[in-house]
This record gives sequence, C-alpha cells and structure tokens, in this order.
Amino acid sequence: MAVAADATAPVATLRRKVSRPMVVAGILIAWLVLFALLRGRQTLTLAAADLTGLHRWLNDLNDSIGANRNSNPIFLYFFNEIRLVIDNLVTFVQSLISQPTGTRPVPQIGWLGVVGITGYVSWAVGNWRVALLAVAGFTFFGLQGLWQESMDTLALTLSAVIVALLIGIPLGVWAGLSDRFNRIMTPFLDFMQTMPTFVYLAPLTLIFLIGGASAVITTVIYAAPPAIRITAHAIRSVPETTVEAADSLGTTRTQQLLKVLLPMSKRTVVMGVNQTIMAALAMVTIAALIDAPGLGKTVVQALQSLDVGTAFNAGLAIVVMAIVLDRVTTAAAARTEAARRTGDGLLKWRRPLLAAGGIAVAVLVYLSHTYVWAAEFPGSGSTGSHIASAADTTTTWLQDHLSGLTNALRDAITNGLLNPFQTLLTDSPWWLVGVTLVALGAVLGGRWAAVTAAVCVGLLVGTGVWSDGMTTLASTAVATVLVMLFGVVFGVWMGRSALVDRLIRPTLDAAQVMPPFVYLVPFLALFGATRFTAIVAAVVYAAPVAIKIIADGVRNVPETTVEAATSAGCNTWQIITKVQLPMARSALTLATNQGLIYVLSMVVVGGLVGAGALGYDVVAGFSQGQLYGKGLAAGLAIVLLGVMFDRITQAAARRTRA
Amino acid sequence: MAQHWRAGAAGLAVLGLTLTACSGAKVGDSTSAGAKSSGGKCGTFNLAVNPWVGYEADAAVVAYVAQHDLGCTVQKKDLKEEIAWQGFGTGEVDAVLENWGHDDLKKKYITGQKTAVEAGSTGNKGVIGWFVPPWLAKAHPDITDWKNLDKYADNFKTSESGGKGQLLDGDPSYVTNDAALVKNLKLNFKVVYAGSETALIQAYRTAEKNKQWVIGYFYEPQWFMSEVPLVKVNLPSYTTGCDADAAKVACDYPVYDLDKIVSAQFAKSGSPAYNLVKNFHWTNDDQNTVAKYIAVDKMSDDAAAKKWVDANRDKVDAWLK
Repeated sequence: MAVAADATAPVATLRRKVSRPMVVAGILIAWLVLFALLRGRQTLTLAAADLTGLHRWLNDLNDSIGANRNSNPIFLYFFNEIRLVIDNLVTFVQSLISQPTGTRPVPQIGWLGVVGITGYVSWAVGNWRVALLAVAGFTFFGLQGLWQESMDTLALTLSAVIVALLIGIPLGVWAGLSDRFNRIMTPFLDFMQTMPTFVYLAPLTLIFLIGGASAVITTVIYAAPPAIRITAHAIRSVPETTVEAADSLGTTRTQQLLKVLLPMSKRTVVMGVNQTIMAALAMVTIAALIDAPGLGKTVVQALQSLDVGTAFNAGLAIVVMAIVLDRVTTAAAARTEAARRTGDGLLKWRRPLLAAGGIAVAVLVYLSHTYVWAAEFPGSGSTGSHIASAADTTTTWLQDHLSGLTNALRDAITNGLLNPFQTLLTDSPWWLVGVTLVALGAVLGGRWAAVTAAVCVGLLVGTGVWSDGMTTLASTAVATVLVMLFGVVFGVWMGRSALVDRLIRPTLDAAQVMPPFVYLVPFLALFGATRFTAIVAAVVYAAPVAIKIIADGVRNVPETTVEAATSAGCNTWQIITKVQLPMARSALTLATNQGLIYVLSMVVVGGLVGAGALGYDVVAGFSQGQLYGKGLAAGLAIVLLGVMFDRITQAAARRTRA
Repeated sequence: MAQHWRAGAAGLAVLGLTLTACSGAKVGDSTSAGAKSSGGKCGTFNLAVNPWVGYEADAAVVAYVAQHDLGCTVQKKDLKEEIAWQGFGTGEVDAVLENWGHDDLKKKYITGQKTAVEAGSTGNKGVIGWFVPPWLAKAHPDITDWKNLDKYADNFKTSESGGKGQLLDGDPSYVTNDAALVKNLKLNFKVVYAGSETALIQAYRTAEKNKQWVIGYFYEPQWFMSEVPLVKVNLPSYTTGCDADAAKVACDYPVYDLDKIVSAQFAKSGSPAYNLVKNFHWTNDDQNTVAKYIAVDKMSDDAAAKKWVDANRDKVDAWLK
C-alpha cells in the first residue's frame, strides 16, 4: 500500500530518498524543542489504583458474566458444550499417558509404551536418527524424576495442537484461497498473538471453568495463528502454472484443492504444525496459573520459594520436549518433500518394517499396561536432583561474582539511555508524542502507516493507560536496540561461519523455549527488581529470533559479490559494513520487526520483576477484581503498540526494498 | 539387507522383554493403592491452593488429614485468590483456607452472589507492614520509627525511584495502602512495584547478604522470615476505622484475623471435609514450621504435612471431633 504513495511521484523519488533521514531528524528536533517548552503538561498520568470509566464498565461486564453464567443460554448451549467436548478430549489423552483412571493407579500406557510409541512414530514419519533422539529425550524425563509432569504437559500440548489444527488448517486453506478472508483474518491473528495471555486467563476460567479445558483453550488461542498463517502461505505458494495446468484439465475446485493444492503444500503445512507445537509449549508455564497440570506447575511452585534448581530442572524438561518435537516434525517435513520427489519405488522394505515395528510397539504398550515395572518409571530420578543442585551452585556463583559488574551495567544503561528516553515520552504532552509518531509513520512507512499510527494513538488514549503505555514503550525501544545490537554482532558472525552457526544455534533454541519464569530469580539477584531486569529478560527471549534472521540474511548475500569485494582489496571489516550488511537490509528490517514483537510479548513477564507500567497493570488485573478492567485495557494497549510498530516497520521494509 | 537385520534385532528385543516381563508385578494386584477406601461419605474435596508457601502449608496439612483420616479424594487446585473465589459458584472449588481480609471479594461472592460462606478463623494472625533487613535495623536502630525514614531517604534511592527513596511493593494481589501512606505521611519516598513476591524476597535476600539499603512491604506469617528475620518499621498505630477512606489512610495496617471461606454448596453438603475445614485452627508457629519444611528443607507437601501431623496428633484430633 505504501507503494501507491511512491508511485504518485516517480520524479520526486530520488530527492525524497536523499532527504528522508533529514526529515526524520527534523521531526525529532521539533519534538525535543516542544518537549522543552511544554514539559509535564497534558501527560495523562493515572495512579496505580485509579480507574477510568472504561475500566469500570469492563469490570461490570465481567461481574455480570460471572453472576449470570448459570442462566444464560449462550453458556448453557454454547460455551458449556465446547467445554464439555474439550474436557473429554483432555481427560481421554490424560488417561492414556499421564493420569490414573478409574481403579488403575497408573495411566493406561506406561513409560515403556510411551517411549516405544514415540520412537516408532518418529521413525515412521521421520528417520531413525530423530527416533533415537526422541527415545533418548523421553527417557531423560524419567531420569529427571519428572515423568508424570512431562506426560501431563505432553497430553495438554497434544490436545491443544489437535484442536488448533482442526480449527487452523481449514481457516488457513480458506485464507489461502480468498484474499478478502485473508485480509479479515490478519488483524484477528495479530490480536491473538500479541494480547498477553494474563489478560484473558481470568475471563476464560469464568467462561470455561477451572481445569484442563480452560488451559487447552488458552493454549489454542495462542497456538492456532501460526497454523492458520502458514497454511495460507503454503496454499498461496503453489506455483501459478501448476494450478493453471490443473485448470486446463478440467478439475473442479474441490478436486483442485484436494489433488493439487493440499498435496503440494504439505511440507509447509507440516512446518506450520511445528510452529503450533512450539507456541503451545511456550504456554505451559502460563497455563499453570489456572491449574493446568504438568511441568509448568513445577516451575511456578519452585518460583514461590525461589528454588532456582528445581525450576531449572523442569524448564530443561520443557526445552528437551521442544527440541524432540521440533526435530521430529522438521524431519517429517523433509520426508514429505523427499517422498514427493522420489516416489515410493526405493522403499520396498518400508512396509514390512513398519508392520514389524508396529507389532513391537504393540507389545511394549501391552507390557506397560500390565506390569508395574514398565508402567512406572524405575529409579528415583536422581539425575534431576543433580541437575538442580548444579544449577543452584552456578547461579549462586554468578550472583556472588557478577553483581558488581551487573549493577554498574544496569545503572549505566538506565541513567544513560532509559531514563532520558522515558522522560521524553512520558513528560511530553500526549498529543505531541502522538503527532510525532504519526509523522514518523508517514515519513518511514507512507500514507497508510501514518493512518494506522493515528488510529492506534487515538485508541491508546482511549484505553486510559497512555502514560503507562509510554513508559512501556521506552523500555521496549531500549530492549529492541539491545536486541538489534546482539542480532548484528552474532548474526554476522553466524552468517559468515557455518561452524559458529552450528555451535551457537542450540543455545538460541534453548533460550527461546526455556520458560522465562526459570531465569527470573537469577536475573532478580543480578539486577534487582528494576525495569532493566525486564529488559534483560526480553532481550534473552527476543535476541535469538533477530540473530537467526540476520544470520540468514548475511548467508544469502551472493558468494560472487563477496568474492568480488575481496578481490577488489576490501578487508573483513569493509566487507561486513559495505557489502554484507547493506545487502541484508531487508533481513535487518524484518529482524527489527520480529525483535520488537517478541520484546512486547515479554512486557507482562517484565511486570513481574519490577518493570511496572503496562506489564504490572496486566498482572494486577489478573490478580484483583477491581483492577480487571484496567488490566484488560493495558492488554489492549500492548496490542496497539505492537500493531502500530509492526505496520510502520513493515511498510518501511517494503519501501527500502522498492 | 541391513534393514532385514534391524527388523530381526527388534523382534528379538521384544521377545526378550516379553520373557523377562513374566516375573514382574502386575498393575493393580499389589497393595500400592495409596488412599484407603472410605465409607464413600466424603467423596471428592476440591481445595484451592493460593500461590504463597504459607497457604501451601495450610493446604498440605488439611489435605493430608482429609485424605488419611477421612478417606477423601483431595483435588488440590493451584489458583490465585480471584480465580479461586470464582470457583465457588461453579462447584470447582470447595474451600479457600487463608483469606487475607479481601473485603471486596467477600462483598462480591458472599453477600452478592451468595456462592460462598465464611468458615471461621484459621488462628493465624496476619501482620502486614514495612520491613527492613536485620543488618539495617541493627546498624540504625532508629529506623524502625517512621518519623526517621525521611532522614534516610537518600540511602534508599535506586535507579527506579526518580530521586526519592524507594519503597518496594510486591505482588499486585497484596492488600496494600502504601501509595496513599507515602503521600499522607508526607514521606520523601516513591512506591516501586516489584510485581511479584519472588522479586520482593530476592530483593531482601540480596540486601541482607550485601548490606544494601532496602525498605519494602512484607508480611507474616512467612517462611522467608526463618531465613532472614526482617524487622518491622512502626507506622502511626492502627485504630479502628483509620483506614476507612482508602485515599486518606495515614495509619499502620490492622492485624488480620486470617479466615477460611467455603462454597455455600460445600457447607450444606454434610461432607466430613467441611467439618475439618471449619475446625482447622493453628498458630503462626505451626504454619511457619510446615512452610519451612516445604520451602527451606525442600520436602514434598505430603511429607511435610505428615511430619507435622505425626508430631501434633492432639491438635489434629481436635479438628476431627
């Protein structure tokens, strides 16, 4: 859409390209001058316990839902039915692998059966290498002493993924076929992914009651969007020519979908499944706050008594589960690709082997159903306590030896960068900040980005938490700057060397999957309950994404260009700054975009460690009835900030590419 | 051929497992079933567990007694207060064991929706207030009087407090008037919200270890007091009604009589678990003991409860009358 603005003035393009940074600088200078003049006026501050009319109205809405849930037909015939179906699904999966049922003191399938099934399925859909990894990973849960917790987590994850795919794939196919539906869905998907879960935990338990069903629904809300987006993308990426060829053969629309579009997009759809599983696992600890069983509960409980070791042990199990599921689905995607290319001719032993494996697994399942030794994981899980005490020792050492350094770093960044920037944002009149944001949107992203910015600013004011929003914006911006710093340094390093890539990548994966609750305690010890702690937590979560994207961009710079530069006598530094980074510019913008969205998704976690502002409002809304409406408004404000920056950066990215 | 070989090996392995399995104990034929079957009178007892260790101690002991003496099937549900109270109406929660004067929730669920009723005191006295680490109280004994706080305000400055002294508050679900107190007592302090109990405890732990200046909100009974015995700062003393207007509060917090809330349905059900909840009564020391078993000695809830119950059989018997 930004292209339209450009196209109107082709002659002016050159001039505008030269002057754009100057216009930005001009806007910023005007802001600074006006800030100096108008400081402290019309800042729309609201104290922690104060409410606006909107907040009170939301409270009343919440109360009336609670009071009428047993008589309202929407509940009796709609929500309660959904709840019933999902509850049955969860209970069924739990009774299979994690919870005792009826008179049985153990679930239907014991550890041996689960490990057998996992290995077999991984081998069948992937290859024997991931099967080995899966078996090792699952056995590790038992050795950690977390077998049942892991299975509870797996049961919830599986149930949520099943529901998410049942909803997500059809919607994704629809969005893939219809541009109009795709346009309608996109804002909803943005909303579902950016709205902090804390905001809807309380209403969800109100509607779907406490327990498995609510936990699964929370997870589905967060995990379904990737499935929808990626399926739509897959359908769209099927080559035009193939579709036309099918058309000329006289296929109906249904045939086209079933015989051409879906089979050809299978590999990408499997990647969507992968993303959905990862998103579901990210919800494990949050869902524990409404009594979802499993590893998340262990993490949350350990946090109450500041037991870093136990929390780390459970967090590690989540990481291992994520790695296993990720590698298995990735291998499955590769296999569908390979199968499509080679056909089934080579694999004539596959069928008998599958059958033999199936029988073997059936035996294992029978054994684990019947005998105690195969049903309950043997041993006391002493590996877990070793891991826990090692983690404890490490954190204590770090806390004792690094806190001088970390405090200095915190004070430097807080006083040098965060405080001035925050003052500028919170002490300027609201309309001045609003106008600046809209103007920046117009210059960087074009007309539509400016309109989006204007709408978002207006709605932000309407939420009544403008001032908190600006405080959060300041921390978010500083965190994003740090993310990009790490992104460029490590991304370039990884992009230039395959070995470095292979060494660093597992750490990045772990940092993305490890529940933030696990590292909150060590960070609190190192940095205190401050905004900076929240920034560090956000950087740990968001930097891996930025690093991966930039590494990818740098690697995609054509070999020949780099060689040409080398032969022209450029040194390494020049190659990086003059060739590789400029050519990876679109990767840099994408990294900024994703980095910012990921940082925003950590705002609530930041509220738990002293960041205050919107994160605290959201947590408070979840904890206190009279602050419920304010929490909801704060959640909306986070979404609005996310949407505004996403649209501006994306439009800016389209412009730089154009 | 390699594939053949692999299939053969798998087959052998399975055969081997089947043979060795013949000697194993079968599921269900041992006496491993934990709870002894009751007369079926108690049935399922849904107990909310709110997220602090003191409450976890209450719940551990009540659950243990309900399970072993009454034969109930206890379902513990880990929930925050607000969500737990919601559960009274829907039958998901039978009892909340430690309520900290949540008058708003009482108004909403007891007098409003009538889904909950009070079930008497736990015997625990809840003390809320401003606390400093022990080293600080020792080095500057006059700090325990609020009138001297301004003298030290500069020492409490942090990167978060904007030039004033920092008063650290914790979890948003705490009952707190701190912002109003600072304003009405005209103190040169700023309330900074740590956002979680974990953050608060870690702040005190670091402060005591590194001799740092920290003042903040805290409460008793609390397991952390057995690790670092924080010292309370005296605010203007509490008189009945001095906290009536939340915006004008200028006095200390009252001593809370912690009480139990049960669902209206549960109270009428005639379940022996209801009588247990109603009769459950112990002291701060009792709770701290169990909380310490859980948080410091890292015992499981059940093991901690068993240890305390075995040592205090007389108290438990009184609850069961």
